[in-house]
Amino acid sequence: MTPFLQIENLSAVIRGTSDRLLRSVSLEVNSGEVCGLVGESGAGKSMIGKAVLGILPAAVEIAEGQVQLDDEDLLAMPQADRRRLIGAKAALIPQDPLTALNPSRRIGPQITDRLIDILGWTRRDAANRAAELLDEVHIDNPQRVLASYPHELSGGMRQRVLIASAFAANPKLVIADEPTTALDVTVQKQILRLIREMQERHGTAMLFVTHDLGVVSKVCQRLTVLFAGKVIEQADVADFYAGPRHGYSKALLAATPKFTEPFTSLMPVDRAVITAVTAEIEAADGAWHHG
Amino acid sequence: MRDGRGTVKRKAGLRLWLSGGWLAIVALLTLLAGWISPHDPLAQDLFAARLPPFWVDGAEPGFLLGTDSLGRDVLSRIIYGGRIALTVAVIAGLATAVIGSVLGLIAGYYRGWADAVISRLVDIWMAFPPVLFAILLIAVLGTGLWSIVIAIIVIDWTRFCRVVRAEAMNQSQMDYVSSAVVAGHVRAAILWREIGPNVLPTIVALLTLEMGIAVIVEAILSFVNLSISTDAPTWGGMIAEGRISIHQAWWVLVCPLIVLFLTVLAFSQFGEGLKDRFDPVLR
Amino acid sequence: MGSGTPMFRVRGLELSLPDFANKPPLGRAPMVDILKGLDFDIEAGSVLGIVGGSGSGKSTLGRTLIRLLEPTAGSIAFEGRDIGHLDEATLRPLRRRLQMIFQDPMSSLNPRRRVGAIIADPLRIHGLDRINARVDEALDHVGLPGSFRARYPHELSGGQRQRVGIARAIAMRPDFILADEIVSGLDVSSQAQVLNLLENLVRELGLTVAFISHDLSVIRRLCSQVLVLNRGTIVEYAPVERIFDAPEAQYTRELLDAIPLPDPDQPGW
Ligand SMILES: Nc1ncnc2c1ncn2[C@@H]1O[C@H](COP(=O)(O)OP(=O)(O)OP(=O)(O)O)[C@@H](O)[C@H]1O
Ligand SMILES: Nc1ncnc2c1ncn2[C@@H]1O[C@H](COP(=O)(O)OP(=O)(O)OP(=O)(O)O)[C@@H](O)[C@H]1O
Ligand SMILES: [Mg+2]
Ligand SMILES: [Mg+2]
Repeated sequence: MTPFLQIENLSAVIRGTSDRLLRSVSLEVNSGEVCGLVGESGAGKSMIGKAVLGILPAAVEIAEGQVQLDDEDLLAMPQADRRRLIGAKAALIPQDPLTALNPSRRIGPQITDRLIDILGWTRRDAANRAAELLDEVHIDNPQRVLASYPHELSGGMRQRVLIASAFAANPKLVIADEPTTALDVTVQKQILRLIREMQERHGTAMLFVTHDLGVVSKVCQRLTVLFAGKVIEQADVADFYAGPRHGYSKALLAATPKFTEPFTSLMPVDRAVITAVTAEIEAADGAWHHG
Repeated sequence: MRDGRGTVKRKAGLRLWLSGGWLAIVALLTLLAGWISPHDPLAQDLFAARLPPFWVDGAEPGFLLGTDSLGRDVLSRIIYGGRIALTVAVIAGLATAVIGSVLGLIAGYYRGWADAVISRLVDIWMAFPPVLFAILLIAVLGTGLWSIVIAIIVIDWTRFCRVVRAEAMNQSQMDYVSSAVVAGHVRAAILWREIGPNVLPTIVALLTLEMGIAVIVEAILSFVNLSISTDAPTWGGMIAEGRISIHQAWWVLVCPLIVLFLTVLAFSQFGEGLKDRFDPVLR
Repeated sequence: MGSGTPMFRVRGLELSLPDFANKPPLGRAPMVDILKGLDFDIEAGSVLGIVGGSGSGKSTLGRTLIRLLEPTAGSIAFEGRDIGHLDEATLRPLRRRLQMIFQDPMSSLNPRRRVGAIIADPLRIHGLDRINARVDEALDHVGLPGSFRARYPHELSGGQRQRVGIARAIAMRPDFILADEIVSGLDVSSQAQVLNLLENLVRELGLTVAFISHDLSVIRRLCSQVLVLNRGTIVEYAPVERIFDAPEAQYTRELLDAIPLPDPDQPGW
């Protein structure tokens, strides 16, 4: 079986320069699988998701590579077709909830629009589904939230609204960009359960961007470690936690906090390791520029 | 590049250049009308009546777009008509934008009683049918350039006010406004320095649209003879006259119509193009 | 700890906001009570952790403390002076001393200003000197290169935006910072850097911090007192060791149990 989402050798540069934000990234996500994407701040995690969905910022362009969604080459097709395909099969849980919601519309229509316009649901069905979804993401009073404006919700409620609206149309691929950063741990636990359930029930493929290795260990089957836009390691979750191969991954795992041991935790990743991996990437870059 | 975005970007640039170019040409021609226009727009010459434009047989050099039934040069009349159209567009557009935006910003940011007063005023204002309103105004003020300008301002400031108010309200909810409060800005500074620039693209887009509307309104009013004195050339007036002799001299109708259409289109496209161009997020 | 007056003394703090979701077509929106009578102190030079479920009122409490919102009832005494109902002009001199870092990094940065201007602006308002140097220093503190001054917020990653917000607040050298969920979007290295920075400021300059977070490992490391909020009321308010070693409230225990450890075989998941 070919993977549902296949990214091959994808490089993205700042338009008009050769500064690479993504360095020949290859990545696969199968149906029914949650694939973690971890890395430090600014590593290019969000950029990968945006490249797949065709929403890269105007200043960034794709220099090489392929993105295949359900066996169709996304980058080769006309933009209108690509939008339609993505609209029908994929959904995004964006990283900044407040800016992703329209401030002047109530939450309800913002969730139901897609169901009504793209999938042709009736208004009533869509409204029921929206309430049901908010209930599934453990929002206490769905009717109130549906009638609220975005600024009247707390950070975690907004984030859950976006999770709910991503799952609304049972997409085949969900790109979740740090979907639980605003949630407290109890709600986070419930959301992670929900994600596993969706993936088992509907065979959803999921690219799960996070920097929390604790979270990865709970929902993902495989994970990819990214550093400065380059894939450092890809592994099955069980293998990874048993012992990562790459030096950077080891340091990252070692630095991940465990609240059980407060004073040893929260150390930055070892400087020497960072220097080493940076040198490694620069060497590879030299080869790319000459090749 | 394979990424489809490249092409989209280029189109946005092209739109800006095409519409901007057209507006620049029209503006230049009308500003320099005295030197450029080949003939006196009012000079009649019955022996040269209904000459066709240059690409049609029987055209005379010197009358590029032909002449009307009184033998007046169509091109010269379009150029002089453009003068009036653009004057109305710029003055009425800017005045409408300033009045509507200031009130809209104040209502949307300060809320409270200021908002209550302004919003109520807008509601009442908008309850009048606009065309009736315009005709009434001109009946009171008398015809003339200024009456048109005032009529447009009086009718259309509400459009700005509503849109700008809504946008200012949206922006006010963003945390960068709270950040500015925490930083210690006074409220007026927050309105002008933080919210203003974020509402500006909306205002600019509305402004160019409004200029296009002003051109149309001016044309309509001259078409029904409520504009300037009847013999001064206006696009609307030319269209009205051209309609009568459509079978003998279609160009008298078609030429100003095309220019009118292109100008109005250019205004709206120019606004969109500017918005894309100067939005740091889209650039 | 401190024998004099605490930096903040909050008594019977209540806040209601109009609930537009249930507004009848005619007439006024009903009010919803979001904070329901809170009592607590923040000692100068200490770090108060504020935890609680999503929607429990943490951010609202923060906004009320630094008077972005006006309390409906109760008092907020800052250094002994009730600031609960001061008007904006009277508050302005206090603004430099009270800073807030917002939960939503993107919306807290003006999209039309560059990072340099965003950080420098508050400094300018309060007439501080060496603005350039301070901006560079602040960026350096949060681990961003000086070249980022020329960037617009949308040209940054999520974590980088968050750090710009942090830089803006610390550049002011305030006496009190309200940090609303500031490290949840950061990777471990940046987290460690930011937390070390805060710790140093607390230790060396006597900065006072109220730290909203759902990350209990961070709370445990940083805070001296913890306040647990649930639906607008305080369910637990105790020194940090007590919360971790002998959590009283059922809710606190649930929070502790739900922390994901980097271990696929953690029991209970
Ligand atoms: N428009 C832009 N112009 C230039 N650089 C950009 C632009 N947008 C993003 N970048 C840079 O690209 C890099 C990757 O950004 P990305 O948003 O993918 O990071 P990330 O891995 O998601 O990080 P985080 O965890 O902080 O969200 C960052 O270093 C960022 O500064
Ligand atoms: N402007 C407003 N109008 C009406 N209700 C509001 C408003 N702002 C917040 N609320 C409500 O107040 C409650 C508390 O919100 P708050 O943002 O303080 O929560 P929080 O504890 O910060 O949660 P989170 O961890 O999710 O950010 C929520 O139920 C929210 O819906
Ligand atoms: Mg990101
Ligand atoms: Mg909050």
